[in-house]
Amino acid sequence: MTDASNSKMNQVQINQQTVRSRIEARLASRHRKEKLFRGLGIASIGFGILAVLVLFTDIVSKGASAFVQTQIQLQVTYDPAELDIDKVDHESLAWANFDGVIRAALRERFPDVRGRRDKRELYALVSSGAGFNLRERLENNPELLGQTETVWVNADDDVDTYVKSLSKDDEAFMGRTSEQKAGWILQLREDGELKKRFNTTFFTNGDSREPEQAGIRAALVGSLFTLLVTLALSFPIGVAAAIYLEEFAPKNRWTDLIEVNINNLAAVPSIVFGLLGLAIFINFFEMPRSAPLVGGLVLTLMTLPTIIISSRASLKSVPPSIREAAMGMGASRMQVVLHHVLPLAMPGMLTGAIIGMAQALGETAPLLMIGMVAFIVDVPHGVTDPSTVLPVQIFLWADSPERAFVERTSAAIMVLLAVLITMNTCAVWLRKKLERRW
Amino acid sequence: MTTMTLNVGPAVAAGTETAEQESVKTNAEIVKTVGQPFSDDAKLKMRNVNVFYGEAQAIHNVSLDIGRNEVVAMIGPSGCGKSTFLRCLNRMNDTIEGCRVEGELTLDDEPIYGPKVDVVPLRARVGMVFQKPNPFPKSIYDNVAYGPKIHGIASRRAELDEIVENSLRRAGLWNEVKDRLDKPGTGLSGGQQQRLCIARAIAVSPEVILMDEPCSALDPIATARIEELIDELRENYTIAIVTHSMQQAARVSQRTAYFHLGKLVEVNDTETVFTNPEHELTEAYITGRFG
Repeated sequence: MTDASNSKMNQVQINQQTVRSRIEARLASRHRKEKLFRGLGIASIGFGILAVLVLFTDIVSKGASAFVQTQIQLQVTYDPAELDIDKVDHESLAWANFDGVIRAALRERFPDVRGRRDKRELYALVSSGAGFNLRERLENNPELLGQTETVWVNADDDVDTYVKSLSKDDEAFMGRTSEQKAGWILQLREDGELKKRFNTTFFTNGDSREPEQAGIRAALVGSLFTLLVTLALSFPIGVAAAIYLEEFAPKNRWTDLIEVNINNLAAVPSIVFGLLGLAIFINFFEMPRSAPLVGGLVLTLMTLPTIIISSRASLKSVPPSIREAAMGMGASRMQVVLHHVLPLAMPGMLTGAIIGMAQALGETAPLLMIGMVAFIVDVPHGVTDPSTVLPVQIFLWADSPERAFVERTSAAIMVLLAVLITMNTCAVWLRKKLERRW
Repeated sequence: MTTMTLNVGPAVAAGTETAEQESVKTNAEIVKTVGQPFSDDAKLKMRNVNVFYGEAQAIHNVSLDIGRNEVVAMIGPSGCGKSTFLRCLNRMNDTIEGCRVEGELTLDDEPIYGPKVDVVPLRARVGMVFQKPNPFPKSIYDNVAYGPKIHGIASRRAELDEIVENSLRRAGLWNEVKDRLDKPGTGLSGGQQQRLCIARAIAVSPEVILMDEPCSALDPIATARIEELIDELRENYTIAIVTHSMQQAARVSQRTAYFHLGKLVEVNDTETVFTNPEHELTEAYITGRFG
């Protein structure tokens, strides 16, 4: 090697050394930044999880107690004289004096209670709706007439609140409970005739002014009907619109305009759809107010953009080679879509639909506008019966003064969250199961 | 088929072309197709075909005949319009936005284009095999049976079974898949998938099979099997094949058409094209001076 090339080699080596040392110097700082970045990511996720945990803990701690209800055991005699009936049939039972039977049972239990005021306080131990339970029992078992049996009846909500506050560490909440009443309660509890049992009323009754009688059944059924109407309308319309826009529509200004409008509609505040429903469905078409049919129509309008957008995305994701192969075989356009594209796009469409339904389930504002804010006691039997939905029920209970409604509001929120989580889990499971690789 | 050693030279590097080659390449005045573009007993006749993608013209005034039970290979450099031309024959260009086809194309003297022509039975008569194997994500049986079912060729199970077996046998795939007809078609190897696509195409008893670079995604052994297959299929079908590989064109075809920048430069017997081409552009291409 000549001198010139030798020195050139040295120069190259020196340069390499400089380069390497510079890289080394920077290395520490780069690793540090890497760790910082990862830390930020973990912190973000941690924050999210923390928020969810706080939310769930708050709701569950407030609502868990609503799933048990204080009940009192009574020795009830179905005395025909007291009931003022001579036979067991529907008409007589409607007028029968079951309250009298309950009061007789209470008097028997506490024979020392005298005086009108004290007696009234005694009778207030039991829920005012307990009579209906007895009527049901007698109607189902007519042979009980004249017999005595032991039944568990719901206690009044004041008693319930007092008993539940006893189990908490801070001072028992007396409220409207006098010392005397507290004495009776504690006595009954000691004798095992007052217990907290599973609150079936919560799941079997509709709304009521009395908290111990209040349940979510009417709201759940109303929600179910509304969701069914929404699904039955929005899924076919949304999928058909997506198929037309994606496969058949020409690409011109009009279709661009339609696409922009659909994207915009997905972002419109939901209460606007409620106003629309009020103006068109209730005022113009004179549909029944507060019915799941109208609620479903309003929610359909609301979820349609979501379903169209997600359906289009899943149609786009079908590879064009499949379409070409089908067309090359001589399939007509409709056959290409029905036989090949739709089955492959269906998982995405279903996922989008379930997510849209989960959104619709939690909607309150548009349904308030069409009147589903009413106080509905009866469980609806059809889509045109007046009804309410679960989020609205929660909203109404949150406004009620009785303490017992506080825990019931949280319990209803728990039920709503459970349904939503189930639906979203179904969506994820469905998507995983139907995923096809091609 | 004679084996020929072709002097496939390196791609032309900048600055090493002669002035003559430059003028040849940019010369847009290829007025007439040399050789024998027409035949006596033509299955497909194309006259004065022009294809436009929007404003840009992709095919300039091409006229060609494809004879009965003949294999015609279309060769040419990338972007010369051979795939576009092939897709005109079964109207697959209809699916492309902004694509306009002018000219007279006939199949057995019946027009292919025209407002009254139904494209669905046309595609049953002119089948297509694509560059990348694209079996349906269904079972092997359903893949082959799809065509007969939708065209109403057979509906009963026994008839369909027969058609499926015949098609798979003709495609040379029967022995490999007869025990797993209900398995998904996408689970096969690349070469098997392409043969499945060929079986699918012949299940509807077409008259013409168009093949758009059918072996470019396959390994040499699978390629060899498919070339064997093309030779066997020639007995019953007319085949037009687009290929990038000149060796393949030399092996499988009887006539070869050379395209250049959307024009048909030369059409001749395969042997003539590869040993004694008439046009200088053809010679330049096959000797590897460009392409």
